[in-house]
Amino acid sequence: MKPIKDLLTIGALSDADILSILDNAIAMKEIFTKSVKKVPVLKGKSVLTLFYEPSTRTRSSFEVAADRLSADITTFSVSTSSVVKGESVQDTIDTLMSMKMDYIIVRHKNSGIPGIIAKHSKAAVINAGDGSHAHPSQAFLDAFTIREKFGEVAGKRIIIIGDILHSRVARSTSLILKRLGAEVAYMGPGPLVPPTAHTGITRFTNWEQAFAWQPDVLYMLRVQNERMDAPFFPAGDYHKAFGVTTERLERIAGENLVIMHPGPVNRGVELCDEAMDYSNSLINTQVENGIAARMSILYHLSPQTKNHD
Amino acid sequence: MVHIREQAIDQAMDDWASFIAQGAKQDPSTPIALVGLISHGDILAQRLIKRLAEQNCQARYGALDITLYRDDLSMQSIKPALRSTYLPFSTDGMKLILIDDVVYTGRTIRAALNAIFDYGRPAKVELHCLAERQGRELPIQPNFSAFRVTDEGADGVTVQLSEIDEQDSISY
Repeated sequence: MKPIKDLLTIGALSDADILSILDNAIAMKEIFTKSVKKVPVLKGKSVLTLFYEPSTRTRSSFEVAADRLSADITTFSVSTSSVVKGESVQDTIDTLMSMKMDYIIVRHKNSGIPGIIAKHSKAAVINAGDGSHAHPSQAFLDAFTIREKFGEVAGKRIIIIGDILHSRVARSTSLILKRLGAEVAYMGPGPLVPPTAHTGITRFTNWEQAFAWQPDVLYMLRVQNERMDAPFFPAGDYHKAFGVTTERLERIAGENLVIMHPGPVNRGVELCDEAMDYSNSLINTQVENGIAARMSILYHLSPQTKNHD
Repeated sequence: MVHIREQAIDQAMDDWASFIAQGAKQDPSTPIALVGLISHGDILAQRLIKRLAEQNCQARYGALDITLYRDDLSMQSIKPALRSTYLPFSTDGMKLILIDDVVYTGRTIRAALNAIFDYGRPAKVELHCLAERQGRELPIQPNFSAFRVTDEGADGVTVQLSEIDEQDSISY
């Protein structure tokens, strides 16, 4: 295993990196049960969250993770920053470097921006979502959650349901699950499951096919209205065709299938109200595991900031 | 190279257990836990608890991974693998005996002390080890050490325990 500075995509990681991050996340989660829920791993290190797109969950998850590792956290908020005044990404990077940050956590609507920041900085850069490209920390928390539930990921069948086209979650999560030996399938409205994207993955068009495949996990994606120029379909139609309806929930419960969702859930679109309380839903576990997975990611990376120049 | 063999270690473990049992008799109201430092101290702690039981002395078992408390983590680009800490009880008011194979610089013990206090407030903490080596970099001394080894060899001290290694031995 070679030291790595940044986490930009799942594809850039070795198998050893992936397994090490997943293994160490177990010990990170155990910290939550201690009387003092902190360890001094990143004491004296600075972590910056730089979000050019709105996010509550991912950002606060990273902030709690950094906090539990005893790092100092700075939040760079776009609406109050110079970005709205027209500062270029390069100028922002120079500004951040002058602040001597050790870790930068970036979300941007354009694919590749975290990579550019990583290239120009000595800080460890974590991609917290870039456009519809990648969301590797989500992939880790999903893989960690499935591993925790079933003991292993290999051989499990996961069907990802919804807007595959706009989803960086679908891309990163399916990549890591396949690397770990799982079988992945997609289901969603035709225009949102493009045949060109994501090769080597089975595609289904309706629930009957999905149930017949005998999946272990139903991974519901959020319908991302903010990424669509015009709605592809009315919400009610989506729920009827691809959502977990009350009727489908009965069958899902009967077959003991697990439901996952990256959040936030559009109630009545991806999931009916009853599905939120379904005993085999791992949605809240995903939130908790997100903190552990992100702690493990921060632990794994090696910033080159020992001698800031 | 000096080798301490299985028989001598076995005898030392008996003396060690007697030392703990004696301490327990002096303060019978304080419950005891043996907390082994992973990855040899936990095995020693298990052996001691068995021997203590034979002397009708009850002690809880814990295992502590101190990796996240090490003072040299930021100097390492490849981070060590983490192990699970096992402390299935409240440490408040207990007498904790930290068990390690070798006490040398004292840095591991500093990390262990910081780690253990994040789990609660023990009444007392002691440090016991199988082998004590010269070369302390911190003001830390064990309350009990089964062997004192001189520090002549350049290779340091190697402890092997049959549960995870080929045999029981201390080499230096």
